[in-house]
Amino acid sequence: MPDAMTTPRLQVRHLSTTFHTDEGAVHSVAEVSFDILPGRTTALVGESGSGKSVTSLTLMRLLPRTARTTVAGSALFVDRSGQTVDLLSLPERQMRAVRGNQIAMIFQEPMTSLNPVFTIGEQIAESVRLHKGASHAEALARARQMLDLVEIPAAGQRLHEYPHQLSGGMRQRVMIALAMACDPTLLIADEPTTALDVTIQAQILELMRKLQREMGTSILFITHNLGVVAHHADEVAVMYAGRIVEAAPVRELFAAPRHPYTQGLLACLPGKQPPHRGTGPRRLYAIRGQVSSPLAPPPGCAFAPRCDRTIPRCDLAMPELLADGAGRQTRCVLTEATQEAA
Amino acid sequence: MSVQPLIEVKQLKRYFGSSARPVRAVDDVSFTIQPGETLGLVGESGSGKSTIGRTLLRLIDASSGQVLYRGEDLGTTTSKRMRQLRSKLQIIFQDPYASLNPKMRVRDILGEALATHGLAQGPGQSMARIAELLDLVGLRPEHASRYPHEFSGGQRQRIGVARALAVEPEFIVADEPLSALDVSIQAQVVNLLCDLRERLKLTMLFISHDLDVVEYLCDRVVVLYLGRVMEVASTQALFERPLHPYTQALLAASPKPDPEIKTERIVLKGDIPSPIDPPSGCVFRTRCPQAVAACADTRPELEEIRPGRWVACSRRELMMDTQA
Repeated sequence: MPDAMTTPRLQVRHLSTTFHTDEGAVHSVAEVSFDILPGRTTALVGESGSGKSVTSLTLMRLLPRTARTTVAGSALFVDRSGQTVDLLSLPERQMRAVRGNQIAMIFQEPMTSLNPVFTIGEQIAESVRLHKGASHAEALARARQMLDLVEIPAAGQRLHEYPHQLSGGMRQRVMIALAMACDPTLLIADEPTTALDVTIQAQILELMRKLQREMGTSILFITHNLGVVAHHADEVAVMYAGRIVEAAPVRELFAAPRHPYTQGLLACLPGKQPPHRGTGPRRLYAIRGQVSSPLAPPPGCAFAPRCDRTIPRCDLAMPELLADGAGRQTRCVLTEATQEAA
Repeated sequence: MSVQPLIEVKQLKRYFGSSARPVRAVDDVSFTIQPGETLGLVGESGSGKSTIGRTLLRLIDASSGQVLYRGEDLGTTTSKRMRQLRSKLQIIFQDPYASLNPKMRVRDILGEALATHGLAQGPGQSMARIAELLDLVGLRPEHASRYPHEFSGGQRQRIGVARALAVEPEFIVADEPLSALDVSIQAQVVNLLCDLRERLKLTMLFISHDLDVVEYLCDRVVVLYLGRVMEVASTQALFERPLHPYTQALLAASPKPDPEIKTERIVLKGDIPSPIDPPSGCVFRTRCPQAVAACADTRPELEEIRPGRWVACSRRELMMDTQA
């Protein structure tokens, strides 16, 4: 099946999420489009408030019910039977059969996303019972098997322990076991290692890689950590103020970022600096200012007020996200010009 | 080399909890900081970084050991003297949301420090100094009348820096001052710290788990694990050739923001042990890829294996091989 590998497992098109607040409408996610191929990892990168997490919650239809939201666009997901469904318009009943089963999610803070009053075995078994119709004993056996898979030592004993009895790294392993218990084909990982120490982060990333290799899971990896992105993503979409400003394969993005925001983001990392040889004070490149309030966005490009290369045209209208025909997309009038010239 | 260190930490211990089964947060740590130097303190959660930072300023007392500031023992000095010394020794906290009083305006947050140490006579002089401080950290004079919630995270951290600088300190403990900030804002604060260090000739203890920032900002680095020092070296030497197996693993675990740099993967097994019940012998041996049976018997002391390079590891032969 040659096209099973090239048909995206998830195709997000023109996704927009707007929150209607007392102060006005906040466009947290606007016109977001991306693909995730089978067995591959697409990373959504951005700083706080860029819309990464709202994107994932919108896809999972987990936005708080109390929030007044408007969602537009489509998210076409190829399910296990080969059917394509739109996650955004699926009836809630069917969505519940998909969520936690075919699409699973790992959150940043394993302590608050596990239920403190149930043992970890029961929590894993619950999803297996619900989605696979397994008996209590079968589900518990599956839970045990999952704990082994995520390399939790003394799995048989841990099965009967509560989340507070585990370390942060162990809890995140449990979260992964819980997410993977029903063999999902798509895993949404929202800052899965941000709360962890680096040596534990390395373990968790290694584990996610192993599971992806073995099970062919597609991963939507949401993070602000460019070091993690560099080594664990295949495709990268950089978000700024709710929009994708640049999307590219990982090596190309790091080798030659095109959007001034991506360029700035990479330039301001201390880990990218050449060794200091002089004696004077050192200076890191810094993106000046801060993100504009979502209630009062700039008239044109959202990044224009902080951009070093802004021209009058930037303030006229939001630039389009344009493809270069070679797998890269950029939302910037400067690259538009070079593409026209080319 | 004969310069007196500004800060000298000698066999510092800080235990918490019951004396029968104490949490050994800091267990026999010694290091010095020279005037004008920025010393990095790195380690994972529970390694004792913040406890050391706070003990240095006597925000918490040591269980045993000494902290000397210009030769003066801060542990035995009177509280009156300590109060005077606090204008020389300051701290910048990690969380700019929790470390500023939400009910105080910026001018009161900064003014309080000035008043306490009698650094400004009258409101006029005080306001002038506040404006100067705000300018120093890149804020505007009109910000003085605002409350902390009116600022972004990066701006709040600037206020935290201004508060520390208000009393013209010589020494600053910066306790993870960047970890609550976004990358683009981090760079702004890193530059601010670099500039101020240069202009005000500050000495700094920079506590961080972010190795890239430490490499960029620090002159020397102390690597901690479970309350003990594993390695001390100049920044350049440490990052070019880490000697202690823990330092090696720590550097390998920190992904470089470049897909072309393939660092050797050393994935440590297991979790950091509990500081209530640390392993016998070397505290790192339970996760160490180089551990041998003997590591469980004796606790390796920190030894100077070449000038300025200290390592606490029994497997000295591993370090000798790599001697340049």
